[in-house]
Amino acid sequence: MIYLDNGATSFPKPRCTAEAVYNFLLHTGANPGRSAHGMSVDAARIVYETRELVNSFFGGPDPLRVVFTMNATYAINMALKGLVKPGDRVITTSMEHNAVMRPLRSLESEGVLLTVVPCEKDGVLDPTDIRKALKDSAELVVMSAASNVTGTIMPVREVGKFAREKGVPFLVDTAQAGGLVPLNMDEDFIDLLAFTGHKSLYGPPGTGGLIIGTGVGEKDIRPLIEGGTGSRSENEIQPAFLPDRLESGTPNAAGLAGLRASLNWLMEKGPDGVLQREQDLTERLRQEITAVSGLRLYGPEDARQRTGVLSFTIDGIEVSEIGERLDADFGILTRVGLHCAPAAHRTIGTFPEGTVRMAVGAFTRDEEIDAAADAVRTIAAEGR
Amino acid sequence: MKEDMKVLLVYSTSHALRIEKDLKIREVSCKLVPVPRHLSSDCGICVRFRAVDEDSVIKAVDETGIETMGIFPL
Repeated sequence: MIYLDNGATSFPKPRCTAEAVYNFLLHTGANPGRSAHGMSVDAARIVYETRELVNSFFGGPDPLRVVFTMNATYAINMALKGLVKPGDRVITTSMEHNAVMRPLRSLESEGVLLTVVPCEKDGVLDPTDIRKALKDSAELVVMSAASNVTGTIMPVREVGKFAREKGVPFLVDTAQAGGLVPLNMDEDFIDLLAFTGHKSLYGPPGTGGLIIGTGVGEKDIRPLIEGGTGSRSENEIQPAFLPDRLESGTPNAAGLAGLRASLNWLMEKGPDGVLQREQDLTERLRQEITAVSGLRLYGPEDARQRTGVLSFTIDGIEVSEIGERLDADFGILTRVGLHCAPAAHRTIGTFPEGTVRMAVGAFTRDEEIDAAADAVRTIAAEGR
Repeated sequence: MKEDMKVLLVYSTSHALRIEKDLKIREVSCKLVPVPRHLSSDCGICVRFRAVDEDSVIKAVDETGIETMGIFPL
């Protein structure tokens, strides 16, 4: 089996991550922040230390401003639906995933004005187009740090700078970039950073969150859900302070124990060790398949402008057929279709058919890339 | 003679953990303990410290901006 679906979720996870989850469930598994006994405090300490790690990993302002959620989608919804009101204007790009687009379209139906700034056919965004869109007043700019379809790395810092100059809060979806592309809330002018644990942070599924910059007040975001927080229980009104205000219900502490281990693992590798490795792998793949007859590649040609994602189609063969053959005949696992990002596929000209996406990870080996390239060549030769 | 101790009560376990970390950095010795029965705090744990360190504790807490329930003698 060759796993090239790391864009959907990274696999496998580091051994230390799996062990941390296992150890939590067997040895520390009390409810964090709900009881005063030692095991509960130990569990709370693990959760808190994960806040500290996430905060320092993304250059956040304060561990108490790290709000844990089950994934980036939840965090993005929390930020968008908690901040934006009817009549507000939101600026985004034409490369967004549905995690951003669907809540925005839903808000649009409630009277929010939406400006979608178009990107190039390779998914590249010209940041000055955002500056132009900012000429009219806006209440929020939201975009992903990298495309899940083409891997295109977006100009986060440039866009952040333009938004900051106008005093407009900037929300970044780091699902595809967090752990790969160095991101720092302070240096990149990010006010709200949504992350997921299970992709290139190499943590367990069911972990993620929103880091809230100091430009956004503690009470500015209306909670999506309310409930027990282990704090101020005498009060039937949700607490006003972070992270409790936005964190109701028992957290995924086992998952967070795993995320803590994976963040330590990532930091040992250095800030862009994994990114370079992934770019080398996708460049190897690109070179091996680029000459295949009828094969079309999407996204920037330069591997340094991409994460470890390569999207392609082969003329005359449906992407679903390519995906099925890769899986059934070669044991190569990819993701085909629209990748929950219809806007991005419209932008690159592959809507509604979609593409075949091969997404490498930290554990992908050179020979696996060679085998995948061989398989693509065989399918292209036989299928047409 | 046993040393005088005090406890700082907070509203949330995250806050207790944060204050514990900040005090450790300042080399103020403290311990997270269950809230004594005659007091009450919802999160159930509080920060116990030596009474002589009270000023340092107040200063550290002020810098975090965390709202607390106050300091009580043991």
